[in-house]
Amino acid sequence: MSQPIIISASPHVHSAKTSKKVMYDVVIALIPAFLVSLYVFGIGALIVTAVAVVSCLLFEYLIQKYLLKSEITIGDGSALITGILLAFNLPSGLPIWMIIVGSLVAIGVAKMSFGGLGFNIFNPALVGRVFLLVSFPVQMTMWPTAVENNTVLADAVTGATPLGMIKEGLMFGDTMTNISANLPSNLEMFLGISGGSIGEMSALALLLGGIYLLVRKVITWHIPVTMLVTMAVMTGIFWVVNPESYASPLIHILSGGALLGAFFMATDLVTSPMTKKGMIIFAIGIAVITVVIRLFGAYPEGVSFAILIMNAFVPLINTYFKPRRFGSKIKSKIV
Amino acid sequence: MLKTFPKGGIHPPENKITSSKGIKRMTVPKVVNVPIAQHIGIPAEIVVDRKDKVEIGQVIAKSGGFVSSNIHSPVAGTVTKLDLIIDSSGYKKQCIVIRTDAKNPSNFEEVKEPLKMDIKLEPKEILQRITDCGIVGLGGATFPSQVKLNVREGTVLDYLIINGVECEPYLTADHRLMLEKAEEIVVGIKILMKALHLKKVVIGIENNKKDAINLFKKVINKEDGIQVAALQVKYPQGGEKQLVRAILGREVPKNGLPLDVGVIVHNVGTIFAIYQAIQYNKPLIERVVTVTGKKLDNPSNFWVKIGTPIKDLIAEVGGLPEGTRKLVNGGPMMGKAIKNTDVPVTKGTSGILVIAEEEASRGEAKNCIRCGECVYVCPMGLEPHLLMNLSEKGLYERASNEDIMTCIECGSCSYVCPSHRPLLDYIRFGKNIVKKLETSKN
Repeated sequence: MSQPIIISASPHVHSAKTSKKVMYDVVIALIPAFLVSLYVFGIGALIVTAVAVVSCLLFEYLIQKYLLKSEITIGDGSALITGILLAFNLPSGLPIWMIIVGSLVAIGVAKMSFGGLGFNIFNPALVGRVFLLVSFPVQMTMWPTAVENNTVLADAVTGATPLGMIKEGLMFGDTMTNISANLPSNLEMFLGISGGSIGEMSALALLLGGIYLLVRKVITWHIPVTMLVTMAVMTGIFWVVNPESYASPLIHILSGGALLGAFFMATDLVTSPMTKKGMIIFAIGIAVITVVIRLFGAYPEGVSFAILIMNAFVPLINTYFKPRRFGSKIKSKIV
Repeated sequence: MLKTFPKGGIHPPENKITSSKGIKRMTVPKVVNVPIAQHIGIPAEIVVDRKDKVEIGQVIAKSGGFVSSNIHSPVAGTVTKLDLIIDSSGYKKQCIVIRTDAKNPSNFEEVKEPLKMDIKLEPKEILQRITDCGIVGLGGATFPSQVKLNVREGTVLDYLIINGVECEPYLTADHRLMLEKAEEIVVGIKILMKALHLKKVVIGIENNKKDAINLFKKVINKEDGIQVAALQVKYPQGGEKQLVRAILGREVPKNGLPLDVGVIVHNVGTIFAIYQAIQYNKPLIERVVTVTGKKLDNPSNFWVKIGTPIKDLIAEVGGLPEGTRKLVNGGPMMGKAIKNTDVPVTKGTSGILVIAEEEASRGEAKNCIRCGECVYVCPMGLEPHLLMNLSEKGLYERASNEDIMTCIECGSCSYVCPSHRPLLDYIRFGKNIVKKLETSKN
């Protein structure tokens, strides 16, 4: 033997899966939604996404190099995902300095101050987004409208999101029938031709990405399916009882951040529960809080808040919903 | 739907490159180093001295207690030393070194053993013979067989399960043995049925060994109460608890044994050794060893004398290839990396795996991303990430409460961890300390 032999404990083989591959699978899954946003919002979407990604990577680099003086891990893909997801939750005309502030909060406050990758309790991108929403509510709810302006910098025409229109309409005592006349059709929402944050436009693109994640086994069905079904059932009950005061479940699922949240934000590995039972509880919690905020809260949309609130419960969920230990319940079937 | 255990498990690449290679008889080595601790339990007591002449099959170390086993000379020759030699555990262990007598023809004669069907011994005699012949579990755990078969009166026991799963990648020793000695194994099963007054036996074989499944289906007789169960391929199905759950749906209680649910499990290799012990009064002095590795010239299965230094086996397959960086005693999932090629083959050596540069090193451990993969694959329903954390931080009591002691050390968690975290290393470490704390309490 030319070199000394290696002694290590078993196992001596490893599956090909690595954290890095997992992270880049998520990036790949986000590509369809990004393409739709480029089509809908034009260069605005590109600028917001590029600024968010570059500043997230830069802040992580600077913090690791000068504050923590630790190993630089910006290549692991996690800051990249945070940047993309933050951008996907912003309107396409947001001033650049705000995006940079949001990135600093996401990476600096929500991730690195907790100890970096794997130690954060809250989804960093959502913390950044909610920080911006409560700090700059006006700019954060100026939605450039779709289609007309996909070649110009989108600060001219703004409109409300479907959920915003519904909220506003119902607040002023309008009926759903009247409001629906101004809403984009379900098909338009499915394809992504409506107003809203960059990445939450097209249900179709998000579903494609979600299916990719499921096929690649990066996520399991438990969180997205449970969350969407619970939302549909809850909003469905209200809708059936009073269709004039409540939007249909389909509108609730297709609009706002429901699909982006269900497939990409709530399923964030670090901030979601470790067991399937726990995931189901977690997803039901998100759905219930989202629906309560949407139907009865001051904000038209509540997915971000709901996920962050449930993130806080994850350690508790992990403690109480453990996998069943082998042999803990004796099935005696001795003949 | 083929049967399997419901919770956890993984599908590592099988790499059974030697499955079509018949078992060859290994040249008798010039020197054998026979350790006196080849089984779980108390080491045997040496009963020979330097310069003693020994015959093949002569007892050279006597069982040292209830959970212990006799050790026999694998060759005819002279005891040259009683020495400390590093075995696969990495520690120096007491060994009896025997120089083979080159002139003694019994060392080289191939013993012809025609199939013997009649079981003449009575149950008590069978158990005594198994004790005398030093039979231990050949699946890897090396638990003395007579202890397993010593069923207290009044215990409910209705099934014997024969473990032909061989779920470890690379290894084919049991597979080849089943193909070449199926009839003998069936006689071995009948011996145990007689000894234990059992009516029902299931031979569990994974579906990647269809030839063995079909062969056994032909050889067995339905009236005898023996069945073959084809199982889904999933690691670690060869684990006793997983196998009992897969075949009978019975769950062995936490910290319990298969006997608690009326089952005894034996490996096919052990059954063949029992056959030889009962029908030919042949002690356990040789076993089948798979010598394998992707870069080897001629990976093969061998009948090997206990105590043969591993370097003799390596020489037989064409020597160590360039770039070898790891040698494993056993399979890649649970085998032990060994320090040098002087380590002897023992009763528990089912294979020698030679690993090249590319696969020898572990990936660098990164932060846990809390993906939960380790939790999903754990066949015991544990939370490996949590157990590692608790062991690392020295919170042993909590680790014990989280059932760290029920870990079967299959390595599925470390195998899947995308951050290459040394989960099982820390769990083993924690288990050792918890065990010490528990013994000191009692």
